[in-house]
Amino acid sequence: MNGIIVELNALVLGLFIIATIAMTVTRQIGACMQLFIVQSLLLAASAFLLGASPLSWHLVALGCVTVLSKVVIIPWVIRALVPGEINQRRELAQTIDVPAALLISLGLTLVGYAFAQPLIHAAPSLSAGNLAMGVAGLLVGLFLLAVRVEAVPQLLGILAMENAAFLAGIAVAPDFPLIAELAIAFDVPLLAFIVALLARTAYRRIGTTEVGGLAALREWIR
Amino acid sequence: MAESIALNLAQLAFVLLLSPLFAGILARLKEIVQSKRGPSIFQPYRDLRKLFGKDERISAESSWLFRTAPYLIFIVPLIITLLIPVLTDFPLFLAFAGDMLAAGFIFAVSGLFFTLAAIDAGNPYGAMGASRTRMVGFLAEPVIIVVLFTVSFIANSTIPYIVQQHWVHPIANFFAPSHILLLIAFFMIILAETGRIPVDNPSGHFELAMIDESKALELSGRSAALVKYGGYMKFTVLAIIFLNVLTTPWGLASTGSIVAIVGAAAAVSLKIVALVVAVVVVESSYAKLRLFRISEFLGAAFVVSVTAMVTELLRL
Repeated sequence: MNGIIVELNALVLGLFIIATIAMTVTRQIGACMQLFIVQSLLLAASAFLLGASPLSWHLVALGCVTVLSKVVIIPWVIRALVPGEINQRRELAQTIDVPAALLISLGLTLVGYAFAQPLIHAAPSLSAGNLAMGVAGLLVGLFLLAVRVEAVPQLLGILAMENAAFLAGIAVAPDFPLIAELAIAFDVPLLAFIVALLARTAYRRIGTTEVGGLAALREWIR
Repeated sequence: MAESIALNLAQLAFVLLLSPLFAGILARLKEIVQSKRGPSIFQPYRDLRKLFGKDERISAESSWLFRTAPYLIFIVPLIITLLIPVLTDFPLFLAFAGDMLAAGFIFAVSGLFFTLAAIDAGNPYGAMGASRTRMVGFLAEPVIIVVLFTVSFIANSTIPYIVQQHWVHPIANFFAPSHILLLIAFFMIILAETGRIPVDNPSGHFELAMIDESKALELSGRSAALVKYGGYMKFTVLAIIFLNVLTTPWGLASTGSIVAIVGAAAAVSLKIVALVVAVVVVESSYAKLRLFRISEFLGAAFVVSVTAMVTELLRL
């Protein structure tokens, strides 16, 4: 039984990192958001798998909270607030072209693996891989944040990093207090709400959501 | 000894006789998906018979390369057939003469000579197609290397017969995440290497957009038939490596009796038809990528194969 869970969890981890890398290189906002939903579902799947045996209510609750906040609420907030026109844009602006970005994120995955390798011995063996892939996902998410110049993909990058941190957190502290999870679960949709509002306002004022070009903060616009 | 030779001949006969049929089924299914009737599934056989009966025209400018390459393209899939488990799950005669890496290199030889021949004929589209094939080829190379590396890492061998046994003993190996991710990467490589839709459009007749087809534009008569036949067999051989060695090592004959061999032939045919259906689904649901997007498709395959390797390393 445990053997199957370890195998399935490893598959989920592999798909998780692939989804994160795909978020970095996809060209459409819609696809990026769908990949984020897939990534969140994979995080939930990993939590459910590790929470099933031995039964851990913390992990099951974490999975449920993830599904609720990241699969249902956040996509809904973004769709409701961000003007629909930006979804129709065929290509997102990127600072690094796609093949290079693919290779860099792949390198970051290996760095994450190498970094977590010594730490794996400290974590329980069932979820050892979560730490490595969580660190890798964190690095790739950071890279995603750097590559994208538009508001919504940047937001999705922050959320992807957050997912990856949770994935690593499962390995390090499986009995994380539930109150912290709930706090984060309410915090993150609020973050999505604010960034989506920013994107909406920016789009109305300057006709684009490329916040990467915003360099200086001013009190008001004349 | 005699039995081993007979089984090898049966392998060759299977690939030689049924390859055009699988190509015909693929073409027909694709047309049906597009709400057309499509040609009969036996059309490839008729095409080959027609081409073999025709006169050949060879450019006066071309050299021996142009004349010998078609034979090489025809022979190479047959050589690889001898190295891989086509119908039997016990090693034959030449099983240990070469591993999967060798199969890849032997395919590379025919690919090299095909590109040289395409340039040799002096047709401008030939050289264009040749350079594009090389581009796809060198982008696919790292994926193949990583896939084979991971396979050898998991199964401690690259001999197809041993790898094949590894997935099913014990059965849990079959569901290993690295195995599943490997399959995805290898499937993408098959699509790229046989010129299928996200990479190349096999039914396109527009020279400027061709990758694989334009190399064969100058060929006629018997040479054209050999190259076409070689292409059908290449798809079948890659499908057999994918199915019998990596995906579903079931349904193969474990004894050399005629009944077992015929049963295995039927089972392998069914598996290949199932793969053909999968290829049709992919070809019908995606558009051909722009030339410079191909690197992204193969980059994705590379990411998947490296992830397969990392998930395997994580289990240690």
